[in-house]
Amino acid sequence: MKVKNKIKIIVNGKQMQVIYKFSIKNLMTKLKIPLNKIAIELNKKIVDKKKISKIYLQKGDKIEIVHFIGGG
Amino acid sequence: MIDKKFKIANKNFKSRLIVGTGKYRSFKECAKAIKASGADIVTVAVRRVNISDRNKARLMDYIDPKKITYLPNTAGCFNAEDAIRTLRLAREIGGWKLVKLEVLGDKKNLFPEMIETLKSTELLTKEGFKVMVYCNDDPLMAKRLENAGAVAIMPLAAPIGSGLGIQNVVNIKIIRKQTKLPVIIDAGIGQASDASIAMELGCDGVLINTAIAKAKNPILMAEAMKLAVISGRKSFLSGRIIPYLFGSASTTNKGII
Repeated sequence: MKVKNKIKIIVNGKQMQVIYKFSIKNLMTKLKIPLNKIAIELNKKIVDKKKISKIYLQKGDKIEIVHFIGGG
Repeated sequence: MIDKKFKIANKNFKSRLIVGTGKYRSFKECAKAIKASGADIVTVAVRRVNISDRNKARLMDYIDPKKITYLPNTAGCFNAEDAIRTLRLAREIGGWKLVKLEVLGDKKNLFPEMIETLKSTELLTKEGFKVMVYCNDDPLMAKRLENAGAVAIMPLAAPIGSGLGIQNVVNIKIIRKQTKLPVIIDAGIGQASDASIAMELGCDGVLINTAIAKAKNPILMAEAMKLAVISGRKSFLSGRIIPYLFGSASTTNKGII
């Protein structure tokens, strides 16, 4: 039964499995990514970081977590 | 003589040299070079967080965005849609509105795709961004960017990272003469004298990444670029002599023995 409760999502281009009713906040905690100095996109739409505990991941969701790196 | 302030989108900056933060051997070296360059604006790029190695050093740990103005760029974007998406994300990271737009059209020579660049400038300006635009050295296109709301015109000296120096002096001069916006040479600088030439042409600033980061001694080159920009600016402001084909003795013949 447990297997059925899992959904596949893509985070920064990599496939991941999370349990059903898993929020973006849960995901960030699981990945141990601090919320400052980053931006999150869900299916190409920017997500308000204040609301991420209420946004639950759906099957096939594509998440991008970005920050600043060196560039010219 | 007191120079007028280097102003972009109504904000004053101390240094006319803007530096990139890419291609350095380490963040530590990058931070040292920035310090040596005296720059108060640095360009940065938006990329994915490494989710498998979270302990990896981060740019923001070395370069404090409270002390140095971060100028997010759209490096690697080849169309308006990607550029706008990238800069929206940059704004979300830390509220940056002053941005550097660069939409490339060709992976080999990295020339700007000007149709997409113009489109992006219009859209981003409407969204409240202050857009500094990397562009070709084309005076007509520079004018169109200005009309579209750009806050700075950033023509290339030569292809990005090429180090070839300013190739089209005449066009750069024309672009400088026709606009009230700051003109900042972006891309193609190779050595300190190139930066001086840019400033002597009357440009308001220079943006340099590769020439510093890939020099054998980046910190020394950063300092050289700082001095070159200051020197070139002073040279421009002081009003050079008219070039003359023949000699003109520096010492008077009066009283000659």
